[in-house]
Amino acid sequence: MTQPITRSASRRAPYDGIVVTTPVSIPYVRFSTRGAHWWIGRALAALVRDSGLSKDRFDGVCATSMSLAPDTAVGIVQHHGLTPRWLDFIPMGGVTGVVAMRRAARAVQAGDADIVACVAGDTNHIDSFRQGLENFSQFGKDAVYPVGTGGPNASFAFLTDYYMRTYGARREDFGKMCVAQRENALAYPHALFKAPLTLEQYMTARPIAEPVHLFDCVMPCAGAEAYLVMREDEARGLGLSFGRILGTIERHNAFPDDPVQYRGGWAMDGGELYGMAGVSPDDIDFFETYDDYPVINMLQFEDLGFCAKGEAPDFVRSHTMTTGGSFPINTSGGQLSVGQAGGAGGFLGTVEAIRQVTGQALGRPVPDAKIGLVGGFGMISYDRGVCSAAAILAAGD
Amino acid sequence: MAAPLKKPKRKNPVLRTRAPMLPPAPRSRISLGLTSGAARGVFELQVCRDCGAVQYPPREACKECLSDRLDWTPHSGRGELVAHTTLRHAMENYFRERLPWRLGIVKLDNDGPHEAPSLIVHVHGDCAEPPARVRIRAMLDRSGQAVLLALPEKDTPHMSDDPQMRELTCDPKFRKVFVTDGKGPVGQAVVKAMIAAGSDLVWVGEAAPWKKIPGFEEIAALPEVTMVDLDVTNPDSVKRCAGQIGPKVDILVNTAEQHRAYTVGGRYGTENARAEMEINYFGLLRLAQEFGPVMMSRGADTETNAVAWVNILSIFALANKPDQSTFSASKAAAHSLAQAMRAGMHRSGVRVINLYPGPLDVEWNQELRPPKVTPAALARAIVGALQGGAEDVYPGDVAKDWYERWRRDPKVLERELAHGE
Ligand SMILES: [Zn+2]
Repeated sequence: MTQPITRSASRRAPYDGIVVTTPVSIPYVRFSTRGAHWWIGRALAALVRDSGLSKDRFDGVCATSMSLAPDTAVGIVQHHGLTPRWLDFIPMGGVTGVVAMRRAARAVQAGDADIVACVAGDTNHIDSFRQGLENFSQFGKDAVYPVGTGGPNASFAFLTDYYMRTYGARREDFGKMCVAQRENALAYPHALFKAPLTLEQYMTARPIAEPVHLFDCVMPCAGAEAYLVMREDEARGLGLSFGRILGTIERHNAFPDDPVQYRGGWAMDGGELYGMAGVSPDDIDFFETYDDYPVINMLQFEDLGFCAKGEAPDFVRSHTMTTGGSFPINTSGGQLSVGQAGGAGGFLGTVEAIRQVTGQALGRPVPDAKIGLVGGFGMISYDRGVCSAAAILAAGD
Repeated sequence: MAAPLKKPKRKNPVLRTRAPMLPPAPRSRISLGLTSGAARGVFELQVCRDCGAVQYPPREACKECLSDRLDWTPHSGRGELVAHTTLRHAMENYFRERLPWRLGIVKLDNDGPHEAPSLIVHVHGDCAEPPARVRIRAMLDRSGQAVLLALPEKDTPHMSDDPQMRELTCDPKFRKVFVTDGKGPVGQAVVKAMIAAGSDLVWVGEAAPWKKIPGFEEIAALPEVTMVDLDVTNPDSVKRCAGQIGPKVDILVNTAEQHRAYTVGGRYGTENARAEMEINYFGLLRLAQEFGPVMMSRGADTETNAVAWVNILSIFALANKPDQSTFSASKAAAHSLAQAMRAGMHRSGVRVINLYPGPLDVEWNQELRPPKVTPAALARAIVGALQGGAEDVYPGDVAKDWYERWRRDPKVLERELAHGE
């Protein structure tokens, strides 16, 4: 296997003694009449239930939501009666699962907080997706929304069109990933999509923004995801299964001069990620990619060292990507099959990775999963995703 | 190649007229600089005065050096279409009703010290698959805001018939035009130009049928022309005329004008000034009240919808020319009213186009030295504005010169005019 990424020496302090635990998911629904606070409240209650801790023990909160306006994390703690000494709000969409973990881990490591609740929740009313698009960013409002893009579909259509032209990816390659993820989703109880997907169905689906077709798009929905970050001794004392954070990266607005986005910030920091984690791409047992449009999976395979730039189509052709396959991805089905619950979509892969490395998979476990990789990609503003992140998690024991 | 537009069938009168939906209009304040250029038919981008970096989308600070000295500067628009898509689904009703819709990313040519930006643009159907050379134009859309359109590098046959392009223009082809006064030399030139541009029905207003004017019989005999009675100083006449043809007019060109040339003291009393106001200002107001609402209701009516209202103002509307004092004042009043008309009519997608010509080559400008704008040149400018994407047009060298001076410093222009320069 080509490995363009070499581990670079990392001078960053490891996350020694800090763990992630208590993955919770509130089952998604297509539309909800509830407010975002309801979804966040259910996730907090699930954290209390599954950890055995009272909510007063959450002295740190890191939250994200895209349907909470005008509230932010401040509104969340007041609404739900929390009194934390450390509070963070990260409106960064698809990178939030990894970014929350990075920040919470450092806060606990430094003693600024003992137990941080990382929570993402969003509602979805009938017209909220369109309204969210209209006001997503200043660049979006000025330069994308007015030409009829209908949100990220067109922006990802450009990326996909460019990638297919430049590197020879075919629709079948994207379809293969979507079909594998759907198979994974059939075992995951919370997935909105319950029916199998065949490659033929994928290929004959209606076009949305060519070359993007129906099954390349995620379905906006309501839902919530959460987990806890604490010291290892605390988790052991509570009898909680936990995972370790081997390495993380985060990068914003990487390669702004690329005329069309064909790589993410991972390409800047991949070596750092593996260097900090002390592992190589070969050691990864499963990969929870950020899969809001399958072309982004390919960018992550390349930029995170599983193959060279432009080789992802061949990489996909030479692997099986179900939980039992040669390269398992999105083991709960990913956003493509579970649904995209706003900001909670950014948590889906992180929560699933914690489940896999702690032996708590709700769907099919990856056999002998010890080390998992999570990719994050967020905030399509103007013509590209601005934020990228990744984390490597390992089984606790 | 764009398929040539076919003459539309007669509308089924039983069907409901499609209500005008608009593309999204909200923009940040800084981004309205793009609209300001597009309104004049110019593609301008912010360029950093300190480091030369070209910016897009519009910004408050330079993406390279953080300077806030970003000047809107005309750009060649040359670039390469690097990716494209055809939308088959849209969130906004305006686009849903007009699918499929082609969009693309265009990388502008690097002509400065830094990497040029990529633009998300509407793509003309005649642009080849990426990678393809294109040129960018900034045009006003139906909500009156700037959008960018990629055109093929060279003109193609029937280019203006492309459905996406036609959404951004007010092309007279197969549209029904009303020229409010066809007797004067300007009115006659406009009628001829509209027919040449493909209009298949031109109503021509006539205030005083008994007056014999040279050239007019030739106009009235054209097969596309239908004469209508209209005296814009008479409320009943305007109302009657609107009742007769209002629901069918796609483009209204107001050519009715009263023009005398006097200083403030050159003509004692207000009679002359009243006559000018009666036609140039109150006439416009009467037309706006009678024809405006019905045209607005047809802002999205099939492919030959109501699209434009054209006012022939004067560059003297921006700064008074003292030896044509009351005429200038009446045009300034009309200019102000036209701004309010725009604020109302843009809600239906009907564009108000204002022309600010320099002195026309007509009888009351006889004593002015050239350059003067011929009626034919003015008519060409009107057609050009309708076929392009602009809403403010300054025909003639004098108008362009005055406009630049007015933009730079209206007080300096005023003082120079006071001293006869
Ligand atoms: Zn600069």
